[in-house]
Amino acid sequence: MSDYVIEMLHITKIFPGIKANDDVTLQLKKGEIHALLGENGAGKSTLMSVLFGLYQPESGEIRKDGKKVEINNPNDANALGIGMVHQHFKLVEVFSVLDNIILGAEDSTMGVLKKKKAREKVEALSKKYNLKVDLDAIVEDISVGMQQRVEILKMLYRDNDILILDEPTAVLTPQEIDELMEIMRGFAREGKSILFITHKLNEIMAVADRCTVLRKGKYVGTVETKNTTKEELSKMMVGRDVSFTVDKKDIAVGSVVLEVRDVTVPSKRHKKDAVKNVSFEVRAGEIVCLAGIEGNGQTEFVSALTGLEPMTKGRIRLNGKDITHFSIRDRAKAGVSHIPEDRHKHGLVLDYTLEDNMVLQRYWEPAFQDGGFIKRREVRRYAEKLIDQYDVRSGQGPVTIARSMSGGNQQKAIVAREIDRGTDLLVAVQPTRGLDVGAIEYIHNQILSVRDSRKAVLLVSLELEEVMNLSDRILVMYEGEIVGEFDPKTTTVEELGLYMAGARKQSEVAQYDGE
Amino acid sequence: MENNRFRSGIITILSALLCILIGLFIGFLALILLAYISLRNGGNPFTFGDVLSTAYTSGFKQVLLGGLYQMPRGLRAEITLAASLIMTGLSVAFAFKTGLFNIGAAGQYAVGAFGALYCALIWNLPWYVCLIAAALCGAVWGAIPGFFKAYFNINEVITAIMFNWIGLYGVNTLMYGGGSSPMYNLKTTKTWPVAAKSAGSLIPDLKDLGATYFQRPATIGIFIAVLIAVILWVVLNKTTFGYELKACGYSKTAAKYAGINEKKNIILAMAISGALAGIGAGLYYLSGTAEWQPLVSTALPGIGFDGISVALLASSNPIGTVFSALFISHISTGGGFMSANIFPPEIADVISGVIIYLCAFMMLFKRRISRVFSRENKGGK
Repeated sequence: MSDYVIEMLHITKIFPGIKANDDVTLQLKKGEIHALLGENGAGKSTLMSVLFGLYQPESGEIRKDGKKVEINNPNDANALGIGMVHQHFKLVEVFSVLDNIILGAEDSTMGVLKKKKAREKVEALSKKYNLKVDLDAIVEDISVGMQQRVEILKMLYRDNDILILDEPTAVLTPQEIDELMEIMRGFAREGKSILFITHKLNEIMAVADRCTVLRKGKYVGTVETKNTTKEELSKMMVGRDVSFTVDKKDIAVGSVVLEVRDVTVPSKRHKKDAVKNVSFEVRAGEIVCLAGIEGNGQTEFVSALTGLEPMTKGRIRLNGKDITHFSIRDRAKAGVSHIPEDRHKHGLVLDYTLEDNMVLQRYWEPAFQDGGFIKRREVRRYAEKLIDQYDVRSGQGPVTIARSMSGGNQQKAIVAREIDRGTDLLVAVQPTRGLDVGAIEYIHNQILSVRDSRKAVLLVSLELEEVMNLSDRILVMYEGEIVGEFDPKTTTVEELGLYMAGARKQSEVAQYDGE
Repeated sequence: MENNRFRSGIITILSALLCILIGLFIGFLALILLAYISLRNGGNPFTFGDVLSTAYTSGFKQVLLGGLYQMPRGLRAEITLAASLIMTGLSVAFAFKTGLFNIGAAGQYAVGAFGALYCALIWNLPWYVCLIAAALCGAVWGAIPGFFKAYFNINEVITAIMFNWIGLYGVNTLMYGGGSSPMYNLKTTKTWPVAAKSAGSLIPDLKDLGATYFQRPATIGIFIAVLIAVILWVVLNKTTFGYELKACGYSKTAAKYAGINEKKNIILAMAISGALAGIGAGLYYLSGTAEWQPLVSTALPGIGFDGISVALLASSNPIGTVFSALFISHISTGGGFMSANIFPPEIADVISGVIIYLCAFMMLFKRRISRVFSRENKGGK
């Protein structure tokens, strides 16, 4: 009998132009939480997809309990007790939670679903592992955190005992992350084995027993977390030392670039306003951060600021000019660049090439078009410059279809495009969501250099560490209002947390105080 | 890198050709079956060889030869039909590129026919003005579903289907006018021939550019259609307008983020799509080969729907549309020359139907073919 429930030995998987996995070995013990760490594009997701039967490796073998197995599709994986929660959830949005859980594993008599039995089983599982879900809610109406719990219940419903979680914390709030970690520990106690893809070192140190590191498709090593440190792990992952704090020069702030006054935005989900009378300003040479737990109006505020959605009340001024009623294009021309929260939905035309995406916000400029005809050669040259300068990696360079790029490099492409426009105001919404430490360090430095070149930056982030490291001023948003203003030098994460959770509120602070 | 795009183009063409080959083969099987039935009913003894030769000589040969089977009448019919098919194909393909399904090409075609014939028969305007009128009428008819899509988020397919029928019967009513419409000839129960009423409204011939009233040869319509296809290719691939339209088609949200006015683009794309279908009708009815029959036109013009097939077979590529329209026109013209007592001419529709059906599997073929390609590459290295 083998020590390991799952062994992936010497796996090699080749895609056109790239060796995604190159002789990678991973061994999973029963009842352990095993982290799989690596930069974006290091081949973590590919390796897990091989295990789940989505890809066939060119060479190497997979063993379950010491016996060689063939996994040709997800059904084979399922039969071996392997379940996976993908980074982008695979749920039917218009189905109820219960229907989603039983989908594909429906129990029926004569074609009639036995939903009652299914419901009892799901309820029992939900109680046992403390996975709170509303079984009758429609998936598109529930929070991302609950959607993830639905995905986890899907695996449990199928009696899987090897659980793969692909970057499960990327979409969660700090509180939800803590809950998830508790749930994972519960699974491990029950003897289930967990493979957990991430690039957040804190989480690995907190929850994982062992950690396997990949770099550029190659196996670097497997370590026990109790015998290692964050620094060591990041060095294994990136191949060099990474600094976790950023060096920030002190610079004097300049004139007001962005002035927001009494902005009110209606919510799409409920009848109340998502953003209520928000007023603040951002000056040249400062990074102002809008912090808060997801769903407290930050998304709606940015939509109104960038013109994606209308607002009901308020004024927005850019360099003293009223842009409240400007179209999206006119705002861009006036000097707003925007790193959007959802890179797939807004940031990229996924079926366009990388070069076409690089000019998404400026194809209409005289530099790239002449009399309505796109200057293809200029576009190519510009894309190559950005790719080179910002180290955007892809299979085929400028003509790579954006969809085929790794998430981190997609994000880098967007960051490159928006920062290179050199506008007076940069609105960056969760610019490092789902990125590895190397890329985060890089993007943080880029955002700092925007600030140092005396531009204004409005940063919206859920990551408290990022908020504390980057910003010059912090505004906390809770239920659509700004409930406090802080100086990162004098405040603590704990204090911010209290305001973010709505436990405290500064009166009169951060309200616009006139000229 | 460029090599890659070239390779994927080759793969697309190869898989389209594969669809055509399989379609022709299945069509041939159908002909064999029909030939067998016909020979058996004839009562005389026959061999399998007889079945094969009947199927070939009185059916399949015509399909393969198309318009060439009966020179010059057949070729003329084929080219005239092809010109219109290219236009309706472009209409559907252009909308596809913008992420819209223009199922309303048939209605836009009907309304375009009205515009062309009205300008020709009532105002006796020159042919190019009539053609522009056809385009404008089609554009309006296409823009309406676009407008509903852009501002009320009503699926363009539903609106366009309804506007097909509104367009068809509206055109019938206007052209008939209770029998008293100046466009309507009571004796023939058709609209007046354009040649008789307004010779200047006929599109110039291929042979000489002067008008000949009798024995109409094919017109320069085919060149107009090909020219428009080339222009569309340039617009889609080389201009900022095409960049915006395709961005809307691929991702509405990202287009919006980029400051592209997607409402305007949806309406514009549908209007252009409608204009293309309208020109298709103009090319057909201003060629002098046919008149509109208001009393019996109770079905939507088939050319409008064939445009969907043409666009699908061409993977929505404007240049590909020219070839796929020529092909569809070729086999349906040929279908008309089959021995009618053995084979119904609809066999040509069966063949094109099978081909279109196979187009849905094109993705599958593409993957197979590209796998063969990559295997070769591996071997080469």
